[in-house]
Amino acid sequence: MEDRGFSWKGRVKMRIYVCVKNVPDTAESIALTGTAAFDESVKFVLNPYDEYGLEAALQIVEKQGEGEVITVTVGKEAATKTIRTALAIGAHRGILVKTDVQFLDSGLTALALQKAIELDGSPDLIFTGKESVDSEGLQTPYRLAAALKMPVINDVAALNITDDGAVVEREIEGGAREVIRLSMPCVIGGTKGMNEPRQPTLPAILRAKKKEIKQIDIHELNLALEKAKTTLVKLDPVPERSKANLKMIEGDPQTMAEALVQLLQEEKLLNGVGGE
Amino acid sequence: MKNVGVLIELDEKGVLKGTNFGMITAAREAGADALYAIISNGDTEKYKDRLQPYGVSKLITLSAGDDFAHSPDLHAKALIDALNHFDLQCLVGLSSVKGRDLLARAAAFLDAPLVLDCLGFDLTEKTALKSHFSGKTVATIRFNGDHFFCGIRPNAIEPKPAAAPSDAHVEAFQSNAKDPGLLKIEKTLHSEKDVVELTEANIIISGGRAMASPENFKILHECAALINAAVGASRAAVDAGYVPHSMQVGQTGKTVSPKVYIACGISGAIQHFAGMKTAKKIVAINWDKDAPIYNKCDYGLPGDLFEVIPALTKVIKEIKSRESES
Repeated sequence: MEDRGFSWKGRVKMRIYVCVKNVPDTAESIALTGTAAFDESVKFVLNPYDEYGLEAALQIVEKQGEGEVITVTVGKEAATKTIRTALAIGAHRGILVKTDVQFLDSGLTALALQKAIELDGSPDLIFTGKESVDSEGLQTPYRLAAALKMPVINDVAALNITDDGAVVEREIEGGAREVIRLSMPCVIGGTKGMNEPRQPTLPAILRAKKKEIKQIDIHELNLALEKAKTTLVKLDPVPERSKANLKMIEGDPQTMAEALVQLLQEEKLLNGVGGE
Repeated sequence: MKNVGVLIELDEKGVLKGTNFGMITAAREAGADALYAIISNGDTEKYKDRLQPYGVSKLITLSAGDDFAHSPDLHAKALIDALNHFDLQCLVGLSSVKGRDLLARAAAFLDAPLVLDCLGFDLTEKTALKSHFSGKTVATIRFNGDHFFCGIRPNAIEPKPAAAPSDAHVEAFQSNAKDPGLLKIEKTLHSEKDVVELTEANIIISGGRAMASPENFKILHECAALINAAVGASRAAVDAGYVPHSMQVGQTGKTVSPKVYIACGISGAIQHFAGMKTAKKIVAINWDKDAPIYNKCDYGLPGDLFEVIPALTKVIKEIKSRESES
């Protein structure tokens, strides 16, 4: 990699890559159309967790007064729309590694991201979301970091770039947080708390139409596409909870409370109450 | 022989987390011939009595030349060494924040298959079940490879002791792995209060926007303390600043699978359900009978939560005092 003398002292232009995925909106119903396929005519959006990474990248460049934010996406041609959204939010340009499928396993996705990034330039920092809300694999940041031989932390809820690297916080359990220092360049998987992602403005949406989106066919990257770590064998619908099971407990507060406690006790669901 | 390593998690105080037992059950039911519990703590012997009933035949005390408590990378490399040394086909852990971090690091270093947030898996078929699309579908995923990693969603599997308890022996294993030295956990900021972790809890009482203030969450905490429940919140309550994000259940928050989920003043957005729909029983307390939560819950209490919750606390208190007298 070229040496651009990275330093976080406001002197050197940082190049930040943000991995963004095009995913079905959580509010949409998913209709399965085959063993492992779904009706893709639903509304797709920028993966909500990726918004935190994008916002963090933009804030760093704004604070520094210079630098470049480049989005990288592995997805179908239709992902272009989501990349435009990221460009409208503020990214300078985008890269799409074009695939034929919505679900590529995390290992191949990470390798495609790595190659696309390395072909483009040398990263000072890479952001991802903590997970994608469609396949929920929770591991692409780790595989990307391993491929790039960079340190990685996922679930990052606070970020501070210092002269000695990135200092991040992640929520662990019971409200506890860990403070972790990473050397840079590194991979940061963002989650809620890291910042407040901005929404695109109308003029920005119009400007984004002129920004560059570089397309690379995944077949041009010489990846062993047949060597997926995992294979999605099938998708089955989860029956929605239905109103048919609903038992309404009416009456004054005392009556409601007594009835609920009795029901839960009968089902042995109350810790330490009712002989458990 | 299908030898499976189970990565045991301890809480901050060094106590075995309750969710370990469901995870071990999942590994046994997946078809493991032998279960090796891996404990990253010197005091392994004291956990033996509680792990044997679940069929664990060996307890491995894992260490490395350097302390790995502050280096997840070194910890993951030490796990890979243990995997090779004990000829483990599969390494199973909890899909908690720290559990899935370690599993993902190890899988990435080894370039091996991994499925996290599993609802179950099968060693013969080499498949795992996991949520897709925020729990709207369940995916069957095949591991392509001889060695693989699996993270089980806490509380997703009911713990069941083995038909016959095993006679486990303790063995120390020290890895020679070196820390790449690229990241370090510098410190842990603990919460001021003793908090029941949401993902570990059997009962969760959550408050929504209708809680109306940070102070009002006190009534949920009072009730929760009586039944060892955790207190959670909806996104609306977190965004309104009533409680910290660590309490948020749902998309952009935590995914939980308690036995009972009591939603107080929560309308029931699809993003909230994404984080708690696998609860065994969902109870809604909401004066608005048209709230969407009533379409997908088990018990509905259409009253004012500021009256119903204190009444609930009172009823539970009375039962507990009667029980302690008898």
